[in-house]
Amino acid sequence: MDTKFVSLPCNKGKIMPWFKRIKDGILTSTDEKKEVPEGIWNKCPSCKKAITTRDLEDNNFVCPEDGYHFRIGSKQYFNILFDDGIFTELDKDLKAADPLKFIDKKPYTSRLQEAWQTTELNDALRSATGKMNGIDIVIACMDFSFIGGSMGSVVGEKIARAIDYARIHQFPLIIISKSGGARMMEAALSLMQMAKTSAKLALLDQAGVPFISLLTDPTTGGVTASFAMLGDFNVAEPGALIGFAGPRVIKETIGKDLPKGFQSAEFLVEHGFVDFIVNRKEMKEKFTHLLGMLQEGTKAKKKTA
Amino acid sequence: MHVLDFEKPVKDLEKQIEKARELAESDFSGLQEKTVKDLEDTLDKLKKELYSHLTGWQKVQLSRHPDRPYAEDYINNISENFIELHGDRNIGDDKAMIGGFGSIDGQTVMFIGQQKGRNTKQRQYRNFGMANPEGYRKALRLMKLAEKFNKPIITLIDTPGASPGLEAEERGQGEAIARNLREMSLLKVPVVCIIIGEGASGGALGIGVGDKVLMMEYTWYSVISPESCSSILWRSWDYKEAAAEALQLTSDKMLQQGLIDGIIKEPLGGAHNDPAKTFKNIKAEIKKQLKDLLLMSPEERIIARVDKFSNMGVYAE
Ligand SMILES: [Zn+2]
Repeated sequence: MDTKFVSLPCNKGKIMPWFKRIKDGILTSTDEKKEVPEGIWNKCPSCKKAITTRDLEDNNFVCPEDGYHFRIGSKQYFNILFDDGIFTELDKDLKAADPLKFIDKKPYTSRLQEAWQTTELNDALRSATGKMNGIDIVIACMDFSFIGGSMGSVVGEKIARAIDYARIHQFPLIIISKSGGARMMEAALSLMQMAKTSAKLALLDQAGVPFISLLTDPTTGGVTASFAMLGDFNVAEPGALIGFAGPRVIKETIGKDLPKGFQSAEFLVEHGFVDFIVNRKEMKEKFTHLLGMLQEGTKAKKKTA
Repeated sequence: MHVLDFEKPVKDLEKQIEKARELAESDFSGLQEKTVKDLEDTLDKLKKELYSHLTGWQKVQLSRHPDRPYAEDYINNISENFIELHGDRNIGDDKAMIGGFGSIDGQTVMFIGQQKGRNTKQRQYRNFGMANPEGYRKALRLMKLAEKFNKPIITLIDTPGASPGLEAEERGQGEAIARNLREMSLLKVPVVCIIIGEGASGGALGIGVGDKVLMMEYTWYSVISPESCSSILWRSWDYKEAAAEALQLTSDKMLQQGLIDGIIKEPLGGAHNDPAKTFKNIKAEIKKQLKDLLLMSPEERIIARVDKFSNMGVYAE
């Protein structure tokens, strides 16, 4: 199946397909995507250069001109990291319920309906197991296109189960974060997913199974304040926005503009919260080397034990 | 004395009763005494009626009542010999997060709590109960200390949220809270967490992973405050009442959802109306919970704690 996708949201929350502009923050529907022939042009939000979707995909969705990392989702990350894009998806059928019958301007159920239709995703995270350069791994990856990558019960549960799967099989775990935070429409239930995922990570930690947390643009709120910051290795993509409070909230609180580069991946390295920044094109190799080095030791230990 | 809008009829009637009482003292006909009695009956009915039908937003207002007991008040009134311990051993001492050892009827416990201020100066000093990363790290340091000396931990949650600011981000607010969530899951000693006022989001949860999580009757606990929820989802500040209902953030709703383990009753009208009774209630509840928890082994407690939080979530499969 060669389903190309067309519109890639940029850092500023805008989508810029080359040929038409779509309303802020809304992805093109899947139907639209299918109608579009290949060789769609995308405009790099950073350098404004036009790139075909095919070229972009060949370059792991990194702008060849200036290295800008386009926002991508689980489908693309799975393709990039799993050997030959082959994987087994875990807990695929989990779907959001609406336990609180939450209604704001519109019911949560219609927000969900809309997201299910436009994204063809079941929720804001997919988890899978497969091989990365021959190493068995588990990857859980968030999808920002699904209600802003917000964490509700489904995201929390899928992460919890992915962690359990990694722990039981002793497979290294990679969680790729991309989220606006907790899902408000599930209120305290979504808050408790922070405790749940962190508790599960405590067990993974005890079991000595490696956990790489990949922070991508953007990672904020409850996701930052739980699993995303708990990696044995916290790794970020260049330029990614990473923080607890969102920039707008901070700006309102302090009443002035934020310094340039504040809450960027580079800023977090500088302040000691991220181990290193990785270019998406080198990600797979670097993760493989890192996990490989850890495995060496583990194997030797196991033999003597 | 601060009076909320919906408290006004009660306060007015209380004043009337006071006046009638004064009159009754110099009146030997017994007429005034009857008036007092009638007024008191009316007051009783009014209070029972009012406080059994509070809206979510009214309970939020009670949780923030300026006369409500704060963490320090609870600690000082339910324990003896409290010794406050300061600092995270790294950056400094966060005044929004207090902690230390105290003794509840002979049982040494580690108290940790968010502290608010009573006047403008104090409120600023306490940063409105909004802790910085060093506050969460101080809390964790003290929890580890309690674990080392095998003392139960009582956390008193009362925060409008973790501090959002430049310095908080520079020092890793997210990481500090996340680490607490992970570390608290595996603490070997009993952990009882009590929402005593506001339980806002990750800032509250950052000291909220316990064997027993209890809410005082008129408090709230959720992923976001009703005001911010209104602003984000309704794109206006005017829907805080609707947001308070939608979020189901009150103690009764939280218990129904299975997200807390119990509710501590407050005196009619709220904790500020009868602090002494409030302290008595909370002390009895803490003692009861600790007694049960201390019967379990550390392993049993940890398994039950992790399982409890692991089971939170509603989804279709
Ligand atoms: Zn570019």
